[in-house]
Amino acid sequence: METIIEGFRRAFILIFNLDAELLSIIFLSLKVSGLALIIATVTGLLVGAHIGFRQFPLKGMIISLMNTFMGFPPVVVGLFVYLILSRSGPLGFMGLLYTPSAMVTAQTILAFPIVASLCHSAIISVDPIIKQSSTTLGATPVQVTIMVMKEARYGIMSGVIAAFGRVMAEVGAILIVGGNIAGYTRVMTTTIALETDKGNFELALALGIILLTISLVINLGLHFVQRKGTARR
Amino acid sequence: MGLSLTASNVSKSYNGKVVLTDCSYSFNTCGIYILMGPNGSGKSTFLRICALLEEPDGGEVKFIDDNTPHSLPLAGDTTLPIPPLARGGLRGGVLKNDIRLKRRITLLLPKIGVFNTTVFNNVAYGLNVRGMKSREVEDKVYRALELVGLNDKKDQNALSLSSGEAQRLGIARAMVIEPEIFFLDEPTASLDPHSTTIIEEAITKLKENNRLTIIMVTHNIFQAQRLADMVLFMYDGRIVDHGPNKEFFEKPKDERAYRFITGQMVY
Repeated sequence: METIIEGFRRAFILIFNLDAELLSIIFLSLKVSGLALIIATVTGLLVGAHIGFRQFPLKGMIISLMNTFMGFPPVVVGLFVYLILSRSGPLGFMGLLYTPSAMVTAQTILAFPIVASLCHSAIISVDPIIKQSSTTLGATPVQVTIMVMKEARYGIMSGVIAAFGRVMAEVGAILIVGGNIAGYTRVMTTTIALETDKGNFELALALGIILLTISLVINLGLHFVQRKGTARR
Repeated sequence: MGLSLTASNVSKSYNGKVVLTDCSYSFNTCGIYILMGPNGSGKSTFLRICALLEEPDGGEVKFIDDNTPHSLPLAGDTTLPIPPLARGGLRGGVLKNDIRLKRRITLLLPKIGVFNTTVFNNVAYGLNVRGMKSREVEDKVYRALELVGLNDKKDQNALSLSSGEAQRLGIARAMVIEPEIFFLDEPTASLDPHSTTIIEEAITKLKENNRLTIIMVTHNIFQAQRLADMVLFMYDGRIVDHGPNKEFFEKPKDERAYRFITGQMVY
């Protein structure tokens, strides 16, 4: 018990002293996950919208596949990205393994199905009358699409926030493809895993507290977005 | 009259069930046309096809521009020209079914697809998609809101409106774009008498002020009598009777139309 209390005491000291190592780890975490989220949001929105608006063969299968990938185990994604980026893999020549770019790639793969799938769900749940109303008011097909996506905005934002939560908390994939190199590919979750292994609880706890705070903020954001989306219905 | 509409031998089926059979009619004078008939007679389908929201299986719908310059003012203003973007392509002849033509007509659906934004933004939508300048948009939206009595709710989220207010919003949203042909599908169904009166007054005002063709579906015989210049009676997917208001209601030519307006039709 004393170890835990002492761990918390030291953790708070690290946080309040704005420890340089702690800050660099937090910054890298946010950078990697943020970048992965931006890429996943752009591609996920395009794919989700395409599936939502168009009819094409194997659409049902693609939707099921996307829903399945939402629960893809991060270590498996890490393994695949590792195999592709390793020296003997098809993209080994790029030398990306054990770099932040590899971590961004793995996290993008994890976030993409969440954004695409939830974006698709949000779009198809918009009342078809919105599309018809927009058409009868003289909107072009592109303007109709924009209007439907605007109506689905709260659902889409929920998807983006959920994806951010997943990549921020993820450890398996980035540990495999990033290698947890101090000052280069070490992020919050991998540091917690490593420091716990070593018995250095203060840094692990400090990062744990920050990660929990970020998670809380994300969930509050999600709650706020969902409430805003339903309050006026 | 600027834009006129001719439907020729329009037919439509859904899943093998015939809904419309050889419906032909020329809406070639301005005024209010009322489409009446029992449930399932094909009124709404005919209206949606004429409004270019659906494609017919057979026959065609043609829009003809007689090249007459005209304006479609709101609330008594007779000087506002139709914006160039709203004008159709081949003036003086049969118009191509494209966005320019679609922007000269509009359809008010029975259920208003209210956008999750303010009342103002809802009404401004049709003008914004036409690329109109914000100052002009503001003027037109305020006048339209005034006409339907919703100006005090302009900043409110439109989803919080009652069904009667939403219907009035629908009217404002459609009339602000100054259509040349205005289709309405049962605009007062399920509304209380007060909202019905406001909507009927707005429609009458449009008719008085504008050189506009209004084509409206209603079940309400009294409403048809109050508003119609011409009445079309549909039965079993066909237009079986039509005529000017007084003539139609006093001496319907078709037996089914007679039974319908005298309340003897069981359907």
